Amino acid sequence: MTMPKTSADVGSIRSSALVRPFVALAVPLAAVAVAFTIGAIMLLALGANPIDGYAALLDGAFGGWNELADTAIKSAPLLLVGVGICIAFRAGVINIGGEGQIIVGAIFSTVVALALPDLPRIFLVPLVLIGGAIGGGIWGAIPGALKAYAGVNEILSTIMMNIIAAQFLSFLLQDLLTDKASGAIKIQQTERLSENADLPLLPGDTRLHLGVIIAVFVAMLGYVLLFRSALGVRLRAVGHNANASRYAGMPVKRSIVQALAFSGACAGIAGAVLVFGSESHRLIAEGGASGFTQSAGFNGIVAALFGSLHPLATIPASFFFGGMLTGGIALQQELQVPAALIVALNGIVVLFVVSSLKLRSRLTAWAESPGTGFTQVETDREPTVPRAEDSLLASTARTRGSPAPSAPNEGDD
Amino acid sequence: MGDFFTVSVLVATLASGIRLATPFLLAGLGETIGQRSGVLNLGVEGVMLLGAFTAYYVTLETDSPTLGILAAVIAGLMMGLVYAFITLVMQAEQGISGIGIYLFGLGFTDLLFQKNVGTPIPISGLGDIDIPLLSEIPKIGEVFFQHSLPVYIAFALVPVVWFMINKTTFGLNIRAVGETPEAADTLGVSVNGTRLITILIANTMACLAGAALALEVGIFQQNLTAGQGFIAIALVYFGAWRSYGVMLGALLFGVVQATVLQWKTLGIVEGATASLAAMAPALLTIVVLVIVSRRVAAPSALTRPFDRSG
Repeated sequence: MTMPKTSADVGSIRSSALVRPFVALAVPLAAVAVAFTIGAIMLLALGANPIDGYAALLDGAFGGWNELADTAIKSAPLLLVGVGICIAFRAGVINIGGEGQIIVGAIFSTVVALALPDLPRIFLVPLVLIGGAIGGGIWGAIPGALKAYAGVNEILSTIMMNIIAAQFLSFLLQDLLTDKASGAIKIQQTERLSENADLPLLPGDTRLHLGVIIAVFVAMLGYVLLFRSALGVRLRAVGHNANASRYAGMPVKRSIVQALAFSGACAGIAGAVLVFGSESHRLIAEGGASGFTQSAGFNGIVAALFGSLHPLATIPASFFFGGMLTGGIALQQELQVPAALIVALNGIVVLFVVSSLKLRSRLTAWAESPGTGFTQVETDREPTVPRAEDSLLASTARTRGSPAPSAPNEGDD
Repeated sequence: MGDFFTVSVLVATLASGIRLATPFLLAGLGETIGQRSGVLNLGVEGVMLLGAFTAYYVTLETDSPTLGILAAVIAGLMMGLVYAFITLVMQAEQGISGIGIYLFGLGFTDLLFQKNVGTPIPISGLGDIDIPLLSEIPKIGEVFFQHSLPVYIAFALVPVVWFMINKTTFGLNIRAVGETPEAADTLGVSVNGTRLITILIANTMACLAGAALALEVGIFQQNLTAGQGFIAIALVYFGAWRSYGVMLGALLFGVVQATVLQWKTLGIVEGATASLAAMAPALLTIVVLVIVSRRVAAPSALTRPFDRSG
């Protein structure tokens, strides 16, 4: 949860060398500690000993090589989605569409594997990954374009794109892409896809596969893109102040589309990794589309927030939340506590971490200038979550350069 | 297709469309009130699930749907207090905290369901109430006047919400704090006090929407709402933050859903094609958003926390 030094942190040069990192680290960690305390109360209420519960969780997540490998495998999609979230949020775009982007990425990569099953592995594996990136990228670029050119709120459009993708997947798995060998009992799945597209296992005796390496690699690429490239400077500038960026001559609309396209591409790669790194090596939707994505589209947001929207800090954050997911399964097996607890706990962690952000900036500001107290809040330069107002305000006014929208709601219902 | 266009099937489809519109309408009206005061609750889906489970479980245990609804109201008020603390006191980003509320509701209801119920045991829902005289009008009576109580309540609330927002002092305050909270504050209107009340109303209505859904279908299962809460938020935009607009959107979605279900039952479409047809509401929402986004402006202070010092 550290804030790695970035060019965005110019303000931190002024700050006290000790106080700021302490506050930056302590407040979110305290938030997580409180969230886990609530989790402990929930465990108690479920009739389980919280210490046993968390012990089972930790042991199931990090207790041995196999557990660590499973955790790494679970965290790969979270990390990929999370990197995409970092890119989108830093550009001031809220991407809730990870679920749909994962699904469309998976569909594209599956089609690639079905079309070119005989291609040698060295070509086919990169191709299915690129297919996933393109699929997810398109699914992200659509709400991006709708936002940039039609003023459609991306929170709503990405949610709708999720629903469309889930239903489309369900259609494909019952119709065009369905497993023809499955006979009378229709399971929503494809045939066993080409072995040449299987993500190779890494050396060692675990189930660890190439997908984990790819995820870390994409995180590094995401870092370079955001903090070491001209495009990244532009995206972050647009996220920080779209108006100023426009006056500076930056193509704001194109930047919004690009941010969501990159974001979706990351999630799309996650879709490909979920298909070709799975044990069944099929695109399969057990009990609906969320059975395929395992809600990585949402949990990736949690991981990215926990990683302060920094691609590299999202690596350990994803590993932590991947551990919660694998540990949750152990919790269910050993203490008969449904793994759904982990979903609820993730939600609580989000609430506490988001709630703590304002507190953190207030404490930092207070520590830096005790004389002026809390009024210094706005000088805080730490990148936080883009305020939804930026996207929710009818962008009519802003994109056309006129002043703030006039009040339209004068009792004219 | 010919089977569909018979009077009795069309009447049944419209009637079921009105029933299916009810959860959308209840949640959408609540969210409208909240957003007019400048508060976005993206967690409607999670709150609906909590309301649905509460109503289902209490009804299952007590055999009284009325108690189930009451319990859902209490759950809604509690979630409202939680969300008010997060957004008003902690001033957290509303889009993201909504995702937190959603994940919490999704996981927590699944957890409670698996732990306390296990298999979906059907409950006896609320019976239909036939409105005297009106329900006996052929066809029309069947479509409009033979429904359960939540359906009537939801549609009766449409003019009530309109009146409250546009014709009462409280409604004026809601609009003021949703447009220019600083000005409202200067005039002595309590911004956060007003928002607290709208948040409580919005969450209670979302829980009621969930309760209406659970009592209508008579069971609970993991992710019962399946995206309806998210669509309800979109309906607020669809309806341009006006109660009648939200009603129109809810009816449209309800009827589209009912039609798809009816086609499936009649065998007009197969399972696979039904999935394609189920994309229709989401596609429709996007099309409508494209049309309305440039034309109507959201409340200016939507999602902007109010902080007197800053």
